[in-house]
Amino acid sequence: MAFLQRDPLELEPLVHDISAPTNGAVATFAGIVRDHHAGRGVVGLSYSAYEPMAEAICRQIVIEAEQQFDARVGLVHRLGEVAIGEAAVLVAAVAAHRGPAFDAVRWVIDAVKSRVPIWKRERYADGSEAWVDPTAVAGVVPAGIPG
Amino acid sequence: MTRFSVLLFARYAELLGSERVEIDLPASATAAELIDALRRMPGGALLPSHPFLAMNHSQVRSGQQLDPDAELALLPPMAGG
Repeated sequence: MAFLQRDPLELEPLVHDISAPTNGAVATFAGIVRDHHAGRGVVGLSYSAYEPMAEAICRQIVIEAEQQFDARVGLVHRLGEVAIGEAAVLVAAVAAHRGPAFDAVRWVIDAVKSRVPIWKRERYADGSEAWVDPTAVAGVVPAGIPG
Repeated sequence: MTRFSVLLFARYAELLGSERVEIDLPASATAAELIDALRRMPGGALLPSHPFLAMNHSQVRSGQQLDPDAELALLPPMAGG
């Protein structure tokens, strides 16, 4: 299954794909597009990616998590325009017991945020746009060519 | 001189006005030399001095020599999730 998807994300098939009768726990995380960032009203945003590398890194993260936590992991990230309230990323982990399932989900979403080449461009209520940059002091960098 | 082709994404593509640039450098060029050349291009001055450069999907250290046949890509800070 592809880790990047342009259509709205669904949790159920993601969990279904990794479930097995030996599992006693399912933990999930959904990252949702919210209507504000750094004090500004967000009206919409779009995700872009270096797709072949992003797919490869997602696969690597899932393999690392499954080895580390004795869990099976599902992961999918949205690309393109995503509306407020929709999921941008879903992570699911199934395991025999709750501990590894919770731990795997937390570890995977942190790894996705720091390692997968995906970028987010936000549009604000005042008409301006910016690239989200977690390393910038303001958390964003104005979009467009500086004059 | 050898031609190096570099993929650009998101804000970096916007700064340099293209999603792919080509640069002629000595065949033995390092990542740092490529980044210096990119920063001298029109719009390149706003690139950070140590951006993430990927070669065949893996991060390259600044002193590492580049393979002109590899896929090179300059990546802004990751912002997924």
